[in-house]
Amino acid sequence: MRRPELLARLVLGLLVATAIAAPIWIRSRTALIHARMADSGGWSPDVLHAQVGQPLHLSLTSDDVMHGFAVGQMDMPSVDVEPGKVSDITLSFKRPGTYTFYCTRWCGINHWRMRGTIEVTGDEPTSDNVAAPLYVQLGLDIDAAHEAAVVPGRAPSAGGGAQLADSPALSAFLRPDFYRTHSPYETWQQLRSEPQLSQRGDQQLWDMVAFIWQSNTTPEAVTRGRQLFEQNCAACHGASGGGNGVFADQLASASAAGGVNMMVQRPANLADPRRMLGASPALLEGKILRGGMGTGMPSWGPIFNEAEIWKIISYLYTFQFKEFSQ
Amino acid sequence: MSRTEITANPLAKAALKSRAPQLIVAALLLAGYVFAIVAGWIGTPVGSSNFSIVFVWIAWWALLILVAVPLVGRGWCAVCPIPLPGEWLQRRALLAPPAEKPRSQAFRRLRWPNALRNIWLQSACFLLLALFSSVLLTTPLVTAMVLAGMLLAAMALGIAFERRAFCRYVCPVGGFIGLYAQAAPVELRIKDKRVCAACSDKPCYRGSQAGYGCPWDVFPGGLSRNTYCGLCMECIRTCPRDNIALNARPCGADLVQPSKRLDEAFKAFIMLGSAMIYAAVLLGPWGVLKNAAYRVGTAAWFIYAGAFLALTLLLLPGIFALCTLPARRGRSLRRSFAAFSSAIIPLGLAFWMAFSLSFVLTNATYIAASLSDPLGLGWNLFGTARLAWQPLLTSLVAPAQTVALVGGLLWAVSVARGIGARLSGSSLPVSAFCLAATLAMLWLLL
Repeated sequence: MRRPELLARLVLGLLVATAIAAPIWIRSRTALIHARMADSGGWSPDVLHAQVGQPLHLSLTSDDVMHGFAVGQMDMPSVDVEPGKVSDITLSFKRPGTYTFYCTRWCGINHWRMRGTIEVTGDEPTSDNVAAPLYVQLGLDIDAAHEAAVVPGRAPSAGGGAQLADSPALSAFLRPDFYRTHSPYETWQQLRSEPQLSQRGDQQLWDMVAFIWQSNTTPEAVTRGRQLFEQNCAACHGASGGGNGVFADQLASASAAGGVNMMVQRPANLADPRRMLGASPALLEGKILRGGMGTGMPSWGPIFNEAEIWKIISYLYTFQFKEFSQ
Repeated sequence: MSRTEITANPLAKAALKSRAPQLIVAALLLAGYVFAIVAGWIGTPVGSSNFSIVFVWIAWWALLILVAVPLVGRGWCAVCPIPLPGEWLQRRALLAPPAEKPRSQAFRRLRWPNALRNIWLQSACFLLLALFSSVLLTTPLVTAMVLAGMLLAAMALGIAFERRAFCRYVCPVGGFIGLYAQAAPVELRIKDKRVCAACSDKPCYRGSQAGYGCPWDVFPGGLSRNTYCGLCMECIRTCPRDNIALNARPCGADLVQPSKRLDEAFKAFIMLGSAMIYAAVLLGPWGVLKNAAYRVGTAAWFIYAGAFLALTLLLLPGIFALCTLPARRGRSLRRSFAAFSSAIIPLGLAFWMAFSLSFVLTNATYIAASLSDPLGLGWNLFGTARLAWQPLLTSLVAPAQTVALVGGLLWAVSVARGIGARLSGSSLPVSAFCLAATLAMLWLLL
């Protein structure tokens, strides 16, 4: 073979080999976490590992639509994960354990399935002794029907209830342990059975219930609860809790279509007085922590801490009570 | 018409006779082509951040339709990397022919079937890709598969058939480049017919120790149009009598000859209609249309595909055929239709340039970003990866498009008039057709 021909073949072979090897090498040198809509695979990888006290550098990119990244139960702002761009974040963990990272953007009806875990190891104890959630302690069946048999003619007013707050009979109802373990309807029933309140009308007693609920929260807690609700819950339940969020129709039609991967149903209407006045804070805590199995309602236990859950719960009652967050 | 022989310049001639410059460019392009395939396969699936989409459908397309085709015709085909591996396998050499034919060369390659010696197959391949273009232009993996498929097809056909069967009869890009190359200000032609007539060996077609027989299966002595000349320059290398020249010439010199071929006539309408549909789908405000084009396999897509084929193969050619009726004067409709279709060539080229101006300038900033981060993995090789998307020269787009479209219309009318004069028939209905199509395109783009 003539020398120029040999040289030409070598150069061509080298160029093609480089063109194949270079991107493969680039890819192998780049550790990226890819975000895809849950139907297309969710996070990849979805299990990460870290050491206590060691910074964990993450580079995130989206392969389809805009996603967001946050780690549950950590005080951190959400990071936007844009299609075709790379977002960097550094995490640090003080305690070992399994943390959940999740998508914070409403990317699709299976958005809530976009979750992964970070396994954090270290010498420190895994966690403090954690008490069982209240709904477990109470042995509540959170899937059982809990509708209020009686509902008020108009939305109860916490302000109106405050004007009746001087009744001595009310003091026992204002305790946090009572508030958390009773539904508004149960509370109304007990108020109704109080001889000292026998002269009060039904609506006045409902106003007193609203006052009791208001007394067990703060405007700041309600505001924070509202933020968390709007970020995480309103996509399905709707901003006003009416079960008419942007995904509601899709969830309903997916449910109608059936299929193993679409075990969903139309989101609960949190503005429905029968549903919400019959639900105690403890029951709502259970719903939020565990999720509604088979309904599409995700488990928020790994995402929200206990204080956040109680704030969300206090906000949920604003759909029933007037002048509640003042 | 006046012509200037480029090959009269000794430097230019030496550069064209040598295989090295052409091979170096083609080899670099092949590396880029293979890189685009791999990037499409393993890079980000986000099209605007992947080299395969950005460099193939924005950078290459801009160079091809706005620069290479209008100025050099089939200049791209001269350095196209797709046939390179297949041709290497076929010739068993990258440079000059081997001194002795290897024994295995005894295997005689097939001749391309007579029934397929036209550009219908190229048009079918183009339409096939065009129907899926919304997915093809945005999905790196699909682009990678198409690029790889074309490379493998060219290799397979290079092994099985003689010459460049893929380029001449299959390549979906080569079909329209050949059509529009007729408008280019460059041509490869013989200098003296008598020299060719006296040449008994015909090494330009059959090959010799100096070079290969025309890879495009064209006898250079009979060349009168650019359509099927790939500007590979092999005939310049093989002609023992220095009778082949590369000329600079007036634009559209080939268009004065009325076309006689129906496949070429339909190709002109396929390209014209495709430009209009692309303008509507990719640049228009109609979400329903975009969704239909993108959701391949759905009922909406089948309707879109049906409408695409109906417009390009029935409606436009049908209306045009009616416009050629007054000029028939005893000729067959087929002949007058084919003859006047030459007027559609400058019009179609102008449509594609106008469409591409908007498409390319809107997306050009992706090129710089993709250069620094070709796989969309967060790299920043040249510091341009974070360049924000921004349309370029927005104030110039509409005027430039208008100039291109009006210029194309005037050119088309001029060609139609010339053909009308040759056929002794009126070109007015054909000119009216060109005007209506231009107004429609102006409406779609502006």
